[in-house]
Amino acid sequence: MNSRDEALRLYRKLLLARLSEEKIRELYPSNEIKSPVHLGIGGEAIPVGVCHCLPENSKYFGTYRNHTLYLTLTGDTDGFFAELYGRASGAGGGKAGSMHLMAPDRGLMATSAVVATTIPVAVGAAMAARYRGSDDWVAVFFGDGAMEEGVFWESLNFACLHKLRILFVCEDNGLAIHSHDTTRRGFRSIPESVGGFRCHVLSGDGSRLSTVVEKTREAVTRMKKDSQPAFLHLTYFRFLEHVGPKEDFAAGYRPAPTEAERGGRDPVAIFEGELKSLKCSRPEMDAIRSELAKQVDASSRKAQAAPSPSPPDLLTDVFS
Amino acid sequence: MTFRDALALGMAREMEADPSVFVFGLDVPDHKRIFGSTRDLVEKFGPSRCFGTPLCEDALTGIALGAAISGLRPVLVHIRADFLLLTMNQIGNMISCLRYMSGGKVKVPLVIRAIIGRGWGQSAQHSKSLHGMFAHFPGLKVALPSRPQDAYSLMRAAVRDDNPVMIFEHRWLYDVSGVVDEKVKVELGKASVIRKGAALTVAGVSWMNVEAMKAAEVLARRGVELEIVDVRSVAPFDEETLIRSVERTGHCIVADYDWVHAGFSGEIATRINYRCFGKLKKPVERLGFRHTPCPSTRTLENLFYPSAIDIIRTAEKMLGLSETDLAGEEFFSYEKNFKGPF
Repeated sequence: MNSRDEALRLYRKLLLARLSEEKIRELYPSNEIKSPVHLGIGGEAIPVGVCHCLPENSKYFGTYRNHTLYLTLTGDTDGFFAELYGRASGAGGGKAGSMHLMAPDRGLMATSAVVATTIPVAVGAAMAARYRGSDDWVAVFFGDGAMEEGVFWESLNFACLHKLRILFVCEDNGLAIHSHDTTRRGFRSIPESVGGFRCHVLSGDGSRLSTVVEKTREAVTRMKKDSQPAFLHLTYFRFLEHVGPKEDFAAGYRPAPTEAERGGRDPVAIFEGELKSLKCSRPEMDAIRSELAKQVDASSRKAQAAPSPSPPDLLTDVFS
Repeated sequence: MTFRDALALGMAREMEADPSVFVFGLDVPDHKRIFGSTRDLVEKFGPSRCFGTPLCEDALTGIALGAAISGLRPVLVHIRADFLLLTMNQIGNMISCLRYMSGGKVKVPLVIRAIIGRGWGQSAQHSKSLHGMFAHFPGLKVALPSRPQDAYSLMRAAVRDDNPVMIFEHRWLYDVSGVVDEKVKVELGKASVIRKGAALTVAGVSWMNVEAMKAAEVLARRGVELEIVDVRSVAPFDEETLIRSVERTGHCIVADYDWVHAGFSGEIATRINYRCFGKLKKPVERLGFRHTPCPSTRTLENLFYPSAIDIIRTAEKMLGLSETDLAGEEFFSYEKNFKGPF
């Protein structure tokens, strides 16, 4: 982190995502958000950190667990909540829902509910940048489960063959829905598996925003020096169920973390600790929290009151 | 000009007109040039605009999408339509619906070309057409030219279109010659009446138009004139042109180039039944593949595919005619100008 100001800017992004998702958890039992929500609590530092390190005009691709990515790129809590409520004013006009949030004008080109599906699309965007001779960067986010899909390897191979300027960002929480990595991986390790390709490979603790920033910057530096893709392997802890607003430790497929473990895997708590060492006071952080909480609250209320799409909207946007 | 040259010319003209157009796919620039249909492109436009790829059809389709939403106009080529089944996720879950899911924020201008194989033992994995299955997805346009002019003009229209367009090209059509006027524009989504006649309408898809023309030639000798509507575009589907024809003839054979069960021919027949209910003199008949995977050997293949003879016999039955003596009649036999290996 270069400065206190930079750290506070990042803190706002991290917290906006966390507070927005906590708001969803609060509102979800009312059954008014009729969209499957894959909450990213525990994983916020990865999109916040990666997007922070890439230039403006970069293109991003994500998954169904995309709330932080959308919010960090747009800051648009109005469009976000309106989409979750299926309103006409939503980011996708009520046709996207939580799983397909997009904001092409802010660089978020596509997200998908089908694992690994946006990976080749991101490679296509990187190829388009090369084709046009532009300096655009591309980053694609995907979970560790995506590495079991064939298209991941097809895409990695193509990107490495053509030395495209693309960051593959593996958000590794060790779970594919409820299946542990140990029941899914026939390979020894993720970085080792990717290591055979002509691509920079970096790993780190994705719960730590400062680590994400450091690793992304290192990737960018290496990509500038030696033009080939980079693969960032970042681990994190998924605090909630695969889909839905609740914790699910009682289901028995994984142990509940202790308080100490929670603190050690919570990106917000960890980063607040780092902010203290940058001389940011608790009241200063509380003020930011309170301001963002008001924004989130206002956006969610506005969304609840907003009109739904009208019947003719069903048939629009099928074709250009 | 041959159908294959018309395809290449259509792409070349669009590549000249717009530097964002590029053509790619497995072996696209190799010495065989996709049966000649990508001839001269790499020489004219260079390897950045016409290039071969690794074997990764699924990723290539996503790459085409990524390029399209980034402002380029990719043309992705598959030497067999069967390989599209490797790409269903990108086509069905992304390409067909990304614009809709974005609330209209992105455009998806891309073309996917796929060749339908037949003969010389193409068998179950090199012979599918699949157009009906793709026409089923909202958000996709699907065209099947059967004449060189349409190969040229529909190719140009497809590349210019701001939506995903799939073009299915029958391998046997590649050798068909015809006049190509570069100035002729053909809109996607329009059928074409390729033969006028009063007795019976044949709605032909792809190669079946060639078979229908042969059937019409045979029946014309006894004064029975078939009208042939080349459907050309199965999505969007030009219902009006076909309905106008069937309203006059009162008879219709849908000659699809696909399996009959749950196929595009059922869609057409339903629409005709609904629109022409009081004017039909006989129920709409459908011709298509027998309901088996495509066999390899020629003897079984002959039974699998519908032909001009099936059109003739079906028309005779519908019109209450005696069977024409077909002894000595020469029907299409691919071995005359195609001996494989592919």
